[in-house]
Amino acid sequence: MNAPVSPATIDTTQAEPLVQVRDLHVRFVSRDATVHAVNGVDFDLAGGEVLCILGESGSGKSVTLRALMQLNPPRRTVLTGSIRVAGHDMLSASERALSDIRGRTVSMIFQEPMTSLDPVFTVGTQITETILRHEQIGRDAAQARAIELLELVQIPSARQRLQAYPHELSGGLRQRVMIAIALVCRPKLLLADEPTTALDATVQIQILLLLRSLQQQLGMGMVFVTHDLGVAAEIADRVAIMYAGRFVEQGPVEALMQAPLHPYAQGLLGATVHGGMRGQRLVTIEGAPPDLESLPQGCAFAPRCPCSVPACVAAVPGWRRPVPGRTVRCVRVSDAA
Amino acid sequence: MIAYILRRVLYAVPIALSVSLVCFMLVHIAPGDPIAAIVPPNTPPEVVAHIRQEYGLDRPLPVQFGMWLGQVMQGNLGTSIATGRPVWSDLSVAIHNTLVLALAASLIGFLFGCLLGGVAGAFRGSWIDRGSAGVAAVGISIPNYWLGMGLVIVFSVMLNWLPAMGAGADGATGWDRDHLLHIILPAVTLSIIPMGITARTVRGMVIEVLGQDFITLLRGKGMRRFGVFWHVAKNTAPNALAVMGLQLGYLMGGSILVETVFSWPGTGLLLNNAIFQRDIPVLQGTILVLSMFFVTLNLLVDLAQALLDPRVSRR
Repeated sequence: MNAPVSPATIDTTQAEPLVQVRDLHVRFVSRDATVHAVNGVDFDLAGGEVLCILGESGSGKSVTLRALMQLNPPRRTVLTGSIRVAGHDMLSASERALSDIRGRTVSMIFQEPMTSLDPVFTVGTQITETILRHEQIGRDAAQARAIELLELVQIPSARQRLQAYPHELSGGLRQRVMIAIALVCRPKLLLADEPTTALDATVQIQILLLLRSLQQQLGMGMVFVTHDLGVAAEIADRVAIMYAGRFVEQGPVEALMQAPLHPYAQGLLGATVHGGMRGQRLVTIEGAPPDLESLPQGCAFAPRCPCSVPACVAAVPGWRRPVPGRTVRCVRVSDAA
Repeated sequence: MIAYILRRVLYAVPIALSVSLVCFMLVHIAPGDPIAAIVPPNTPPEVVAHIRQEYGLDRPLPVQFGMWLGQVMQGNLGTSIATGRPVWSDLSVAIHNTLVLALAASLIGFLFGCLLGGVAGAFRGSWIDRGSAGVAAVGISIPNYWLGMGLVIVFSVMLNWLPAMGAGADGATGWDRDHLLHIILPAVTLSIIPMGITARTVRGMVIEVLGQDFITLLRGKGMRRFGVFWHVAKNTAPNALAVMGLQLGYLMGGSILVETVFSWPGTGLLLNNAIFQRDIPVLQGTILVLSMFFVTLNLLVDLAQALLDPRVSRR
């Protein structure tokens, strides 16, 4: 493996960033196989910044996100590297210390609002138990806070909704409840794992706008995982493109979206479907993503890459910085002079 | 919710009716003449015919069923052919005794079953899991009358710790030391199968619930073990209760062998004697009351499930 190289989009002379991930590797070990889900991820996130991790299914986006708060299945997961969140070393923290950080300093919103809420508890209970877990306040005060939170996420007639069970709410409302739960303690970092994927298109945009405004209102740092380029463009400050467990390119959202440098990023952005394409053949990337049980040597995208050269398979390409603030893992890109 | 309760109660009526028809017919399909069992062998046929007429056994079956059902509706289960006493007087005592035994057995079975299954599910794949799976499998496979005899040999004959027979000095159940000592062996014997079945159900449920997305959310919002446990328990409870309700029903009617082994004066012993004596009114009455018990129990379990899981009453 290559030596960890800091992409350092944040000036390292400043104070420690909100999130600092270095050379993160995540493997899932079972009796039959070892899956290399994340293979060397480095990034920093400043407070109040929104990073969007883009990639296709199985590229390791969600695993990376869950690793940030140690939510991958504990017995089967092997983690190496380092993760620091708000000054906490997440890899060496005890389960007890982690449970204090989770829900208070870092919160997560999940993809499936249908199954991520416990069906046999009212949404009120599910919000208040989170408040009571982290704060020394009474049940009545927690109840009042729960109503405030439901109002914060713009749920109409919040007081009555507290008595509702998840199955009595629509998908959009459930996702709002999940956001309310995540915001209970005004976390410094909000992780969002495809929070709009399971929703109708019209509801998607509402949830997205809500998240964006809450993020700005509360000044949270946010890592947002999605495979939807439109969503990324809407919400991100910075974008990271992930492929086979590695970030292959990261940079500011406009620059990266307009002129991606990594061939995979170019392919991904080129494969978007938008209006005015009726009757045309859809563009795809040839081939299929690699088997995460046995990764190819060197750049994982090389076998599918239209412009691969022998250097691609010799070693995993290191980070190149063609312009300040942008980093690419591709041998064909050269560093800025 | 009220509409749901009413609907469930209404569903129970046709079930109860067909159950009573089946148990009436079953007894008549069985071979053997009840009159022959109570009269001396050389009784003149006219006398036999007279007795038969008195019990109404010469009428066509549908008429007999109608008459019987009419009487049952008024709370009259008839008179025992063997003893001449009203069926209900013997049956009520027997049901009380069996109910006490069944409740004790299901309580033991339910508690230990939940404990075994819960721990096994939470530590899936560990030695605790394998050990409790073994215990559960053995518990389900052992014939319980054999286990009963084994327990009697060890705890009554060899160690002389616990009484082997009966329910107590007066043949009834009570709450003093003597009565409670009498109930231990038969209750433990009967609890083994419900324990095994409950353990397996609870283990499966716990594993399923722990795999749900909402468990990740619970961990993600910082809940500790106990907080997560509470969610798992409430999600598992409806199924565990349903299994337990069924088991209690089986215990009410299915303890003939164990009650015979321990000479427990319950419905099992009553049925056993009634079968040997061809005592049709006692048989019919006992089976009917036990079946009604089963139907009622199922109804209660359904309602309890609806209370615990808000989604049930919506279906």
